[in-house]
This record gives sequence, C-alpha cells and structure tokens, in this order.
Amino acid sequence: MLLTEDRARPSQPRAVRRLTRPDPAGRTRGGQRFLLVGLVLASAYSLFPVWWLIVAATKDRVGLYQTNGLWFSGWHLWDNLHQLFTYHDGIYLRWTANSFLYAGAGSLGGTLIALATGYGLARFDFPGRSVVFACVVGSFLIPIALLTLPLYLLFSAIGMVDTPWAMLIPCLINPFSVYLAKVYTESTIPYELMEAARIDGAGELRIFFSIVLRMMTTGGATVFLLAFVNTWNAFFLPLTVLRGEQNWTLNLGLYNWSGNRLESGVDLTSLVLTGALLSIVPMAVMMVAMRRYWRTGVTLGALK
Amino acid sequence: MIRSQRWKGAAFTVPFQLGFVFLYLVPIGYAVYQSLYLEKQSGLGLGGSTTEFAGLSNYSHGLTDSAFLGSVLRVVVFACVQIPLMLLISLVLALFLDALASRAASRFRIVLLVPYMIPGVVAAIVWINLYSPDVGPLTPLGKVLGFDWNFFAPSMVWPSIGNLLTWHGVGYNMVIIYSALQGVPRELFEAARLDGASEFRIARSIKVPFVRGALVLTGLLSIIQMLQIFNEPALFRNVTPQTVSDSFTPIMIIYNQAFNAGNYHYAAALSVLLALILGVASFLFYRLTSREAD
Repeated sequence: MLLTEDRARPSQPRAVRRLTRPDPAGRTRGGQRFLLVGLVLASAYSLFPVWWLIVAATKDRVGLYQTNGLWFSGWHLWDNLHQLFTYHDGIYLRWTANSFLYAGAGSLGGTLIALATGYGLARFDFPGRSVVFACVVGSFLIPIALLTLPLYLLFSAIGMVDTPWAMLIPCLINPFSVYLAKVYTESTIPYELMEAARIDGAGELRIFFSIVLRMMTTGGATVFLLAFVNTWNAFFLPLTVLRGEQNWTLNLGLYNWSGNRLESGVDLTSLVLTGALLSIVPMAVMMVAMRRYWRTGVTLGALK
Repeated sequence: MIRSQRWKGAAFTVPFQLGFVFLYLVPIGYAVYQSLYLEKQSGLGLGGSTTEFAGLSNYSHGLTDSAFLGSVLRVVVFACVQIPLMLLISLVLALFLDALASRAASRFRIVLLVPYMIPGVVAAIVWINLYSPDVGPLTPLGKVLGFDWNFFAPSMVWPSIGNLLTWHGVGYNMVIIYSALQGVPRELFEAARLDGASEFRIARSIKVPFVRGALVLTGLLSIIQMLQIFNEPALFRNVTPQTVSDSFTPIMIIYNQAFNAGNYHYAAALSVLLALILGVASFLFYRLTSREAD
C-alpha cells in the first residue's frame, strides 16, 4: 500500500475509490522508487556507525585493528565484557550505577517538582504567575557555562563538589520539564473535576496527590523520560563538579578512557568501544518502550 | 477563583521557585558579581593574591581577546554552513516520508531516529573511531577509492565534526518538520493536483512554506546549541590536541580559564558575554526569519 496518501480520510468511500484510479502524475511507481532509494540511503547512513560499533565490540584487539570493520571476525564479546567489568576493580559498573542514580533519582524528584509547578501554573491564577512562567521560558536561552561555573564555586564553598549531591540537586530544577508539565496539565485536568473534588471537601494537596498525579501518569512519564535521557547524556556538569573517578558518570568515564588510550600498557580502545555500546542499551530500551510518549515530548518540545 | 485557592495554587510552585532562585538566579548573579573583580598577585606571586574591584575591565579584555573572538567567529562560520545543510537534509527526508504511506513512513522514521537515541559523548566516540586511521573503516575505504583521507587534519576537523553533528541531529529535526507537515490540509494537494501541479511543485510551493515555523524553530535551537558546542571538540581534542586547541570553541575557553588557568573572574565575564551573544543571535535570527514571512 505504498501508493496511498489518503491517511487523512481513510474511511471515506471517495478515498477508497481514488486508490483504484491510475496514479496521478508524480505519484508514479518511479516517483515512489526515488523516495525509497533516498530513504534507504539515509537509513544506511544512520545505521552504519551503530552497526560498526556492534561489530567492533565482538572483536579482539587483533581483529579490531586488522579486519574489515563492517563484518565480524571471531567472537570475543564475552571476553571484552569480562575485561570491561573487571578493569580497575569494576569501575565501569560503578559508573553505570552512578549514572542510574543521578538520572533516576534526579529525574524522579525533578518530575515531581515539575508536575506540581506545571499544575500550579496551568490551573491557578495567582499574582506573579506570569513572572514564574517568564523565568521558565527565559531560562531556555541561558548558556550552560553561565550556570555551571558559578554553581561549581557555590558548591565548592559549601563542600558539595565531588559528591553525588552536586549532580542530583541541579537535576531537581528543570524548566523544560515544568513547561511540558504545564502543557500536559492544560490538556488533561479539567477545571470541573477540581471543582467537584472541592465540593466533596477534598483539600488542594489531596486533589493534587490522589487525582491530578494519577491523571498525569502519561504526561509525567514523558517528563521523567526526557529528564532521564538529559541527565544520562549530560557531560559538562559532571565534568565540572565531579573530580574523583568513584563519582563519575558513564560519559565522564568513557571520555577519560578515550583520552588515555594507552593506560599502564593496556590498550583501552576495545574497552571504550564495548563500554560505549553498553551505555547505549538503557537509552535504547527506554526509548523503544516509551516511543509514543517520547515522540509527543519531542514534538511538544518543538512548540516552545 | 477564591482568594485562598489562589495562594494554594501558588504554593504548588514554591519548590520550583526556591530551586530556581538557588540554581539559576543566584549563580547568574554570582557570575556577574565575580566578573567585576580581578585577582591581583602581590609581590612575585609569593605574597598571596588579593581580589580587587575591576569594573568592566574583564569585559573589555574579553571583547579584545583574539582567542575568544576567534572561537566565536569559528563557531559562527561553522554554524552558517552546518545548520542550513542539516536542516535541508531534514526537510528533504521529512518531505520524502510525508509522500510515503504512513506505515512505511513510521518504519523509516524510527530508523532515522536511531542516532538521536545515542548520547552525544558516545556518538562522538563512535565517529572518532570511524575516522581513526588505525581502527576505522573510512581510511581503508578512502584508499580503495584513491583518496588519502585524514579526518583529523586542520582543514578536515570542522567537516568531520559537522558530519558527526548532522548524523546526530537530522532525525530529531526531521521528526519536528514531519509532524508540522502532517498538519497541512490534504485538500490543498488535491486542488493543486487538479490544477496540474507536479509533486515537486506541491512540495516547494505548499509544503515548505507551511513548515516554515518548524524550520525557524529547529534553526533557533540549533544555533543555541552550536554556540555552546563543547562535547565534540573536547573529545576530538583527546585524539588530535595539535589541531583542536584548548581555545577551539567559546565554552572550551571558558572552561580552561576557570579550571586550568584558575581565572574564575575572567571566565565569568566570558560566560556573561556568551550569554549576551546568544541572546542577540537568537533575536536577530528570529527577526530575520519572521520579517521574511511577511
């Protein structure tokens, strides 16, 4: 059914009739083939680096340097994983745990705060509301360096640099999450429902925790997912506020390994590649599992 | 709305407001404050250092610092090439998808979004290895085709980074443009076809003007990101420190001033300057693109 273009009105008989008609100019078989060839080429460009990474993770060092990068030669994935997990007393696992902690706990707290703020902004009219919203939108333009450097100085003044808190606390406040939460509240929480609950004698906190939060599961999941991905991918903040390798994230660890390809006589290239591949897995799982929600997030992001 | 409810509503936003003050307003204020001071070494650097009020001298230094201005210029020139190219590819792919049946389109859309799922640092690591003459497949491929590629050579570093950024960003921009395309009323196409317009003509005269807003938005987001580019050059610097200097991009200079030179005051002034440049660039871009629409 590659030739249809009538998804806008699939149920109308007129559209069905049009399907049986000869193709109008431009929607010919040749035209479709042209589109397909273009898209297949673009797909190949998108996928080949990932394919190369997967293949590279299965090779030993000799294979990595001497065989064709786009095809397998020998199966050494388990050896590579074993080396990755045992190198430096399993520091890679530590980094993985750190990344999960920062992204998980930080995004969970950040999502809760964002949902409350979004709900407050969308459903209550209080003095200063527009100022808060202006802060949310205005902060999209602030460069990371302008925030991160003074934050580092402030954190070091109170002794928080190089502790997990230096990563977790900044994650709690995420203006983009607030923006999303506001948009979701506007489309899911009707005023009538809140009024009904109030007449039944429910307090505002109770309404938020037992009605609003429950209705916002889908929106909240999107906010959480996007915040999680953001924190998982963060680089400048951890680079600035984390010093000792015990507290590093996966990104920071991989950056460091790729900077010292030869560390005490060990060639780290294989470790970097296997570690890089593994660090994609949680992202891929989350994104595929939540594709629908995530896409609305991406497109909503476009509206800001 | 009842008065007490208004304040209860405001209370929901209090945690965010407090956090915003401590994590945004205070740091920005602190950066501005720091940028007005200067560390002075007394004696030969043996007598410790004192902090003195310096007024705007850090700013005038920044505005005449050829390394800083050079890095801004480098990034701006690069942005002028990479962003239009990336958006053009995204637009073409979105138009291709739009002309396809929705089932096939959704398959291709997922595939084209794969690079976007990959963390930026990992994406850079992958491409650096693909470019590498030791383990990457591109150098042998070049030999077969009769080219002697060196992706880390001074003239090649920006194209190499540009390819990486394009690979990483096309899918995201394509999705945004594609969802805008979905909003074009389908009747318009039928009407145009009845008037004898070709599919190419329809794309150029109906679809592209319709997604103009999405293009402006993706352009704006890309400009904001590009002026702050840091991860990719930092990772390239690991491989080729001679070519990618530590003052390659504005944020790299700021980072180095703060953490290697220990000059927080100057770094703070440069971050404020970068924020101003970012604001001006976004404003200009927005004005230019919206004026053309009239």
